[in-house]
Amino acid sequence: MSVKNSESLAPTPEGAATPQADSARPPRVGLFATCLVDLFRPSIGFSAVKLLEKAGCEVHVPIAQTCCGQPAYNSGDRADSRAIAEQVIEAFEAFDYVVAPSGSCAAMLRKHYPGLFSQDGDQQTGWAQRATAFSEKCFELISFLSDVMKVETTGETFKGTVTYHDSCSGLRELQIRDQPRKLLAGIDGLAMTEMKDPDVCCGFGGTFCVKYAEISNAIVSKKVSSIETTGADTLLAGDLGCLMNMAGKLKRSGSAMEVRHVAEVLAGMTEQPPIAGRK
Amino acid sequence: MELSSHKFKEQAGRALGNAQLQKALLNVEKGFVAKRQLAVDALPEFDALRDNARDIKNHVLAHLDLYLEAYEKKVVASGGVVHWAETAEDARRIVLEICRKANARTVTKGKSMITEEIALNDHLTANGIEPVETDLGEYIIQLRGEHPSHIIAPAVHLNKSQVEGDFRRVHTHLREDRDLSEPVSLLGEARDVLRQRYLSADVGITGANFLVAETGSSVIVTNEGNGDLTQTLGKVHIVMASIEKIVPTLEDTAQILRVLARSATGQDMSVYTTFSTGPRRADDPDGPEEYHVVLLDNGRSSMLGTEYQDMLRCIRCGACMNHCPVYHAVGGHAYGSVYPGPMGAVLTPSLNGIEKTGQLPNASTFCGRCESVCPMRIPLPKMMRHWREREFERHLTPAAQRYGLKFWAFFARRPRLYRAAVAVAMPILARFGGSKRRFSHLPLAGGWTRHRDLPAPEGKTFVQQWQQRGHRRSEVAQ
Amino acid sequence: MSAREAILRRIRSATLGPDGRSAGERAGDEQRKAGVRARLETAPRGVIPARGQLPRAERVALFEEMASAASATIARLSSYEEVAAEVSNYLRERNLPAAIRMGEDGRLARVPWAREKTLDVRKGPSEGTDLVGVSHAFAAIAETGSVVLHSGADNPTTLNFLPEHHVVIVDADAIAGDMESVWSALRNETDRENLAGGRSAGGGQDAAKMPRTVNVITGPSRSGDIEQTILLGAHGPRALHLIIVDT
Repeated sequence: MSVKNSESLAPTPEGAATPQADSARPPRVGLFATCLVDLFRPSIGFSAVKLLEKAGCEVHVPIAQTCCGQPAYNSGDRADSRAIAEQVIEAFEAFDYVVAPSGSCAAMLRKHYPGLFSQDGDQQTGWAQRATAFSEKCFELISFLSDVMKVETTGETFKGTVTYHDSCSGLRELQIRDQPRKLLAGIDGLAMTEMKDPDVCCGFGGTFCVKYAEISNAIVSKKVSSIETTGADTLLAGDLGCLMNMAGKLKRSGSAMEVRHVAEVLAGMTEQPPIAGRK
Repeated sequence: MELSSHKFKEQAGRALGNAQLQKALLNVEKGFVAKRQLAVDALPEFDALRDNARDIKNHVLAHLDLYLEAYEKKVVASGGVVHWAETAEDARRIVLEICRKANARTVTKGKSMITEEIALNDHLTANGIEPVETDLGEYIIQLRGEHPSHIIAPAVHLNKSQVEGDFRRVHTHLREDRDLSEPVSLLGEARDVLRQRYLSADVGITGANFLVAETGSSVIVTNEGNGDLTQTLGKVHIVMASIEKIVPTLEDTAQILRVLARSATGQDMSVYTTFSTGPRRADDPDGPEEYHVVLLDNGRSSMLGTEYQDMLRCIRCGACMNHCPVYHAVGGHAYGSVYPGPMGAVLTPSLNGIEKTGQLPNASTFCGRCESVCPMRIPLPKMMRHWREREFERHLTPAAQRYGLKFWAFFARRPRLYRAAVAVAMPILARFGGSKRRFSHLPLAGGWTRHRDLPAPEGKTFVQQWQQRGHRRSEVAQ
Repeated sequence: MSAREAILRRIRSATLGPDGRSAGERAGDEQRKAGVRARLETAPRGVIPARGQLPRAERVALFEEMASAASATIARLSSYEEVAAEVSNYLRERNLPAAIRMGEDGRLARVPWAREKTLDVRKGPSEGTDLVGVSHAFAAIAETGSVVLHSGADNPTTLNFLPEHHVVIVDADAIAGDMESVWSALRNETDRENLAGGRSAGGGQDAAKMPRTVNVITGPSRSGDIEQTILLGAHGPRALHLIIVDT
């Protein structure tokens, strides 16, 4: 198994890896852990590493990663968003692929970065081209495994009944809907039960949940009621922000539901207690 | 109506605590979402039609001056009169003048959001002319002295018992034993009362879903037939329309009609789609003697060429609000603006300025459901984000939020410093989380913990652990 | 400066088109004008759903299906000879008085109304007291189950909205697949040049123009404004009865 440690803060030198792997060597994947996974739930990061390696990738974790810039971007702060985007591009552009265990962060990299480099000068400096080239190799973890690495099953086991929430960005910006369901169907012992309106927002919305706490609460209350009605014992989703929001609400209302990132189940790494703990 | 979008948060709070409203709001999802999906699924060409509808409007917006001139020429050729209004005030004045010339005492009105935008009813009333709303929903809210809470279902915030109360209060002819407990009896009562109003009205005012440049026709799309009675029975028909309602041809209208009703109510076609061209002809047995079109700008021409231009493609179907989790939670009145929901969150700052309306484009989770159902493919979240950018540039963003953001960005832009800080902070936070692995209270996180627990971090950060693991591995390898 | 000029000037000075090019780069004004003129003259068709593109028999069947789905009732007759009896029958079945109101449309005159001895046939626009109005459709649209009626000397628009029941006679041959075909037919009837309001040489006051009113009607009147419960018979007719005649 090839695991490399990219501990340097500097970007991988030019030419160290040409993007788009040739078939002779495994694809080099830069794992963009996302700030929430990095800080709150590293086990999702390790699940991602396991899944990527099992799929035949060489995984790197550049240390110069903090956040994708969404908090600034969605607050209208373009200057900071762009500065952070430059930093992410510099740290990751040498890899064949950039993978994030989050639909919303992956969508930020893939769909929104190019727009941050659309000023007139960006063509001359080359930033526009760099951002576009970069965005094209960014993927959300589950869709990367399924659509790019053509993983059919991860061959793990999970005993329990799960329900799956489609996080908004992944669903609507990256069309992630069937991929996680297909891979979950290959997990031995796992039963799936769909909730009502799995595609409706959980009310997280980044800073929205704090800026408009009461509205966010109304939305997540409705979501939690749909989740509990399924009778499932585990809630899964692909975005830690949504998961923390729903887990926090479930625990506050005394629910025994266990909440995990879908990667944990697909990687068979469920030793860690669930998000927000057990009852 | 008086703009109160700056009080959005308080208004939303009251809406969340209003049990009647919360009950009524359940009808939004029940009444619209599944029906739209069924209608869309039954038409394989739906997405291709959306693309074409978008392209048609983009073409019009690129040549709006020419199409407006062409349209005006046809209206005049068919015997109608076109009035241009730069502002709401101009439009009110023009409509009042036409009504006065017709010696109007009462005017009937078809459903028209644009007359809400220019606050026409108040102006007519203040000048001694009685406006009578004839759309059932509009009629109900007029009785209540309210404004529409939804652009196609103006009374969606009400329950039938509230409507019964209003009818008993205002319709003094009603006997006490008359049963009005069900929508069907309420509808019958409104039909009887309004029938008299149509027949006695002097002027009929309608909006327009489309203005067809090719023929000079105005088009209204309704289900009740009230708009048709309004415009057919009055001596004078006034069409209130904004300049971006133009479509080139009848064929183009047919294209957009295919996405309009499906997106709005889940019908393939609304019941009445009516094309009106000029006043009654010399040998017509009925129809209005005069036909006026008031073309309103009110800030729209200034949206052209800006990042908000795409908003001018909007056909007012209401799909964005029907699918919006925020609208579902608080309803339309909380927005404090004529246009609620996602389309209102983009349009209201354009019409009224961002200074007083900044909360609207902020009150979105960016879930993107609005854009995903918009028949005209308007990138609503993107435009809300643009408003947040305008706010940020002009330092209108609340100070606490701004400083919090700058503090966070300071670290996010300095990876070494960030790594050092989180390496210390997260393990401490994890320890405080204890065996429960969550917080029910945490200083500075009140916005989160007021309603939900905050999951505690596991301990060391991912990057920290990765480094340690990586070092171990390299040692083994050596 | 007039409001008209001010608005048009602002539109013209909008520096960016939707394609993001600056005004200077945009096609010259003459070219723009030619483009707009061409679009108005050629009226290109866009995406036509396959649903309505059927041979005659299936097209009529689709029309019946779609109109029924929109809560219209339907009778299909093989000739105008049978129409009066059908109307009488409709009235009887619903316990309605034997009285109708209709326009002077020549196509309606082909119906042997006189054979229905007790049927009171009144002519002209409605003043709101008639229970039943009878019209003849100019065309119909199979794709959506709609009938298309237009105003004219013999076709009062009030008949389409004021009566409680609206009976519309549709020639099976006039059932088009889609709305676009109806526009073509309407242009042929009124002359394409004039439909658009006197574009022909000498233009101006041509008699034949787009009719004052074109009604595309799909089912009877309804409202969902109270608790989103759909109810038939809001302000327009409570019932729409379509009589398809194979001519």
